[in-house]
Amino acid sequence: MDERPEIAIVGAGIHPFGRHEGVSGLAMGVAAVRAALADAGVAWPDVQFAYGGSEDAGNADTMVSDLGPTGLPFVNVKNGCATGGSSLVSAVRALESGAYDIGLVVGFDKHPRGAFKNDPADWSLPAWYGEDGLMVTTQFFGAKLRRYMHDHGIPELALARVAEKAYRNGSITPHAWRRTPMSTDEILDAKILAHPLTQYMLCSPGEGAAALVVCRREYLDRLPDARPVWLRSVAFRTRRPGSFEVFSPSLPLEIAPSPSVDAAREAFERAGAGPDDVDVVQVQDTESGAELIHLAECGLCEHGEQAELYATGATDIDGRLPVNTDGGCLANGEPVGASGLRQVYEIVAQLRGEAGERQVPGEPRLGFTHVYGAPGVSACAVLSR
Amino acid sequence: MSAASPLELGDGPPRLEAGRCAECGETTFPLRARCPSCGGELERVLLPSRGTLWTWTTQGFEPPTPPYRPDAGTDEFVPYAVGYVEFDGLLRVEGRLTEPDPQRLQIGMPMEVVALERDGHVTFAFASVDG
Repeated sequence: MDERPEIAIVGAGIHPFGRHEGVSGLAMGVAAVRAALADAGVAWPDVQFAYGGSEDAGNADTMVSDLGPTGLPFVNVKNGCATGGSSLVSAVRALESGAYDIGLVVGFDKHPRGAFKNDPADWSLPAWYGEDGLMVTTQFFGAKLRRYMHDHGIPELALARVAEKAYRNGSITPHAWRRTPMSTDEILDAKILAHPLTQYMLCSPGEGAAALVVCRREYLDRLPDARPVWLRSVAFRTRRPGSFEVFSPSLPLEIAPSPSVDAAREAFERAGAGPDDVDVVQVQDTESGAELIHLAECGLCEHGEQAELYATGATDIDGRLPVNTDGGCLANGEPVGASGLRQVYEIVAQLRGEAGERQVPGEPRLGFTHVYGAPGVSACAVLSR
Repeated sequence: MSAASPLELGDGPPRLEAGRCAECGETTFPLRARCPSCGGELERVLLPSRGTLWTWTTQGFEPPTPPYRPDAGTDEFVPYAVGYVEFDGLLRVEGRLTEPDPQRLQIGMPMEVVALERDGHVTFAFASVDG
């Protein structure tokens, strides 16, 4: 691995996830930015550029009304579940280009309760697809998972174990939304929303915000008190023909690898590291099955190995491959614009040794994040102390 | 039947209208202007009336409206199943299943295309060949 990485995260801030009556998504975003700036010891006027966005909660660049209209270039990003990942990749490339020395990334959101509404026309799909009741994201999760379980011998108990771990980790994470532990029986006996997924195996649209201050290595000379975490690599990919994605009226017989496979591979290659080197992991857990599938798609385990990993506690905070130590999307909900940056926030906390009750023991050195969303986008990052 | 429906009701069993790419040979559903894999031109073809269940799931809550059009004359939402049916050597097509009971759905079971009446219009669904 390169001993002199170029890009550092010097500040990380978060606004608690969950439901916050009377607080706008933008206000949560501003709170996360202020926290990240304070963490970095950086004043807002020193920030040279920003990327940020939300899906449902407004334009990130209007935050300058609260933070100060310093004239900086502030790009609004709107890229579904990959909004945070896209912002981070864009910011890193801007730093790598040499155009800037220090910048900000922010994601926030505030969704109405219940399932997301989607218009077939926005997805180039015929009206009957929506009218007939096929345009529901949970159907994709259930259908992809049902086939995966069939092909790789995953039992339903493994799905419950993913959720049980999520709520257990959420219970010791101060900014998490769902902080009450739940037994695997309670999870399995709950209402089935998309077979085989019960209501506690699916995350909910929610609210929250996260922000990062990123800079070039040379800029650290101006931040003597910074506790930098190195961004070894970021990678961002979209789908190839034939990958099994949400809202697919048909699929070819040959299913192509998910964009998660491509993004993870590129992130590891750029970092000069492999999945075996990783000490702590964040993967997209929109539902329990997604966590299992994404671990294998990112190369962190074999397809079919997941049931044993979860049965033996390997993915627990004190296991050999700690996964979603803050409870992931299941315990934090999914404010779409903020979710990918929450993952990075968590890895920064773990690598700094500042994760409190949920700290992975043994001073983890290398972390990995993976975000995935519709219609086939994935962003991954490798981080180190 | 709405003009935009992909269901072809002729003398024989109902069939689905799909597109076959003149360039790469891939079959796609529904019929659209261009091949989603290679951008080639598509010609209209009808799929066989029978296939096998490749995967399935259930819709346990009422989907948001719009775009969902609830069944007319019923106050209470009735959960339904959806799945992908594989047409041998061609492709897999997503649709509603007439069988809502998870206990009676199994990957690999033979399925056929049927017409499904919903809210005054006819759409397609897949039914188990063995009833």
